[in-house]
Amino acid sequence: MRTLLLVIVGLLATTAGALAQADDACSVAEPLVHAENSLTHVAAAIDTTHHLDVIVIGSASSVLPGIAGKRAYPARLETLLASRLPGVEVKVGSRAKPRQTAAEMAEQFDKLLAEDKPALVIWQTGTVDAMRGVDPDEFRATLDDGVGVLHTGNADVILMNMQYSPRTESMIAVDTYAEQMLWVAIQREVPLFDRLGIMRHWSELGTFDLFSGNKDPQMAEQVHDCIARLLVDLILDAAKRARSEPSVTR
Amino acid sequence: MVRSARRAAVEAAGDARDRGPGDPQNYDVAPRGHGLPGTAAAVIAATQDKAFGVGTGQEKPARITPGPRAVTTSTGFERDLRLDLFRGLALWLIFLDHIPSNVVSWITIRNYGFSDATEIFVFISGYTAAFVYGRALRERGLVVASARVLRRAWQVYVAHIFLFVVYMAEIAYVSGSFDNPLYVEEMNIFDFLRQPDVTLVQALLLKFKPVNMDVLPLYTVLLVGFPPLLWLLLRQPTLALAASVLLYALTWEFGWNLPAYPSGHWLFNPFAWQLLFVFGAWCALGGADRIGSFVRSPVVLTLAVAYLVFSFGIVMTWYFPSLAHFVPNWLEDFLYPIDKTNLDVLRIAHFFALAALSVRFVPRDWQPLTSAWLRPAILCGQHSLEIFCLGVFLAFAGHFVMIETSGGMIVQVLISVTGIAAMIAVAWLISWYKVIESRSPGSRTKSPSDADLAGGAA
Repeated sequence: MRTLLLVIVGLLATTAGALAQADDACSVAEPLVHAENSLTHVAAAIDTTHHLDVIVIGSASSVLPGIAGKRAYPARLETLLASRLPGVEVKVGSRAKPRQTAAEMAEQFDKLLAEDKPALVIWQTGTVDAMRGVDPDEFRATLDDGVGVLHTGNADVILMNMQYSPRTESMIAVDTYAEQMLWVAIQREVPLFDRLGIMRHWSELGTFDLFSGNKDPQMAEQVHDCIARLLVDLILDAAKRARSEPSVTR
Repeated sequence: MVRSARRAAVEAAGDARDRGPGDPQNYDVAPRGHGLPGTAAAVIAATQDKAFGVGTGQEKPARITPGPRAVTTSTGFERDLRLDLFRGLALWLIFLDHIPSNVVSWITIRNYGFSDATEIFVFISGYTAAFVYGRALRERGLVVASARVLRRAWQVYVAHIFLFVVYMAEIAYVSGSFDNPLYVEEMNIFDFLRQPDVTLVQALLLKFKPVNMDVLPLYTVLLVGFPPLLWLLLRQPTLALAASVLLYALTWEFGWNLPAYPSGHWLFNPFAWQLLFVFGAWCALGGADRIGSFVRSPVVLTLAVAYLVFSFGIVMTWYFPSLAHFVPNWLEDFLYPIDKTNLDVLRIAHFFALAALSVRFVPRDWQPLTSAWLRPAILCGQHSLEIFCLGVFLAFAGHFVMIETSGGMIVQVLISVTGIAAMIAVAWLISWYKVIESRSPGSRTKSPSDADLAGGAA
């Protein structure tokens, strides 16, 4: 029994140590995260209603399989946002499902807006469309319309692009689709969370060994934790921006 | 130019004498009906080998050592080494761009403007195809010329299928050792390995095209449609070009494209990309001379430079989002999306600007063209189908190495350098082999079919 306890304690310590390390590691990607556009509804939710509802809609890269599911970035986001925003009730819901294309997600927007009334929708997409070879043009039009619907429904939007997946890089043409997402973000003036660039940066610096094909749930959790941290920075940054420019009209 | 041409002619003539009049290489591809005796015919044959031997290696009748190569002939055909040079460079850039997340690919032009190496490649392919098959059509008629074009299309198709098999091998291997929970979604890409019946048939139909394998199918389709166009180009060049522009415009208007599998359309829409191919062909058949003085005018120079600077600035806003605020909304609405599939006008304009500057600052008799330094790129450009395929293969192989070694900048640089060295070595080997082959006894019967290979390689 004592041995078991020791093992558990040891494991916990290792995990905590690894997480602390990951925290430092994440920060190398900070230069890649900056809000060029503002999130007005988020700012209003924080300042006036003190109640921030966020919905993440995406594909399998927004969830982690098995029991690690609770440590995927949407759940981490809720915890971290709440700790950064004392006095504000933060709720982050996830509508991520594997194999969803952007068009399939956009179909749910009306329902999502009516049911959850989120101040912010984090729209993670691109991978599935790239794998299915959806017309880049159609993909862009879907994003553009989708952002329009969400804005009309009084929700801010953050677009999140693909994961950097070095093993499948020569098989999935993510760059074309990432480019479309960037252009929609520029045109619609919504923040883009450049997950692709951030993870590529981590890989280049050796922060995470993303080339590994092995089952390594711990690294997956750390990556998600880092994504959540940087996402919090982006959200708060963009909300601050909204406060500094009072006359924002869409 | 004159001096180097003369020198080359003398060299070639000397070689022709060395080998004697019975050497097949001198006569099989010699122009018929010119009535030029002896050495003169040999000179023309040798130099036209260069002109028409695109991709055959026969452009090197004399010796393999680097030397003066720009040669004019009395028939007016002339091999423009600039084409080989730029095509060779484009092949290198395409290779670098095809290695995923390659740090070296930061030097490629797509990072500094709207267009990339694909435009250069398609344009030059159109140019050389018209150059080679135009002559075949004039001399042997439409049927023979068409047969040659279609034979070439078949070769390109087979090369594509070969690369597809290599790709399948890589993907099957990678899928076997991949269990990272981060990438559950990405692993679905291996789904198609489970239904080879569908996947293989769709690949043979050119509907299923893996990443970075869109150029050869495009080229196959362009070649299949080329014979009637070539016929028209030789009779009514302006009309042919106008027809091409019309097809491009209608494609944009009605959204024509070929279907792809599992969904969507061709990444390089042949109905749109034919425009650059036809424009290249048009330039080869006299168009370049017609617009030459216009292209070299100061107005065009100014416009080209201004446009290149403009597109550079816009592209920088993609890498540095904070710059995006300097671009007014109306301009953003006008610019985006920049459609590669349908060959956006912004991309064409960027290519034209690059081409105008190249024509101006790299004249046909530019000295470095004959130097040993540019020889490797020119060699690669002269065997473009083989080197293109090799480049795609090497990019796969490079990615494979990166997976096995977990990437790293040094590995990327090593892969890039080794790959280009391999491309040069193989181009040299092909040249060498073809020279040897054409000198061996019994090659006389082979030479004419070799001429079919000529030109317009991918």
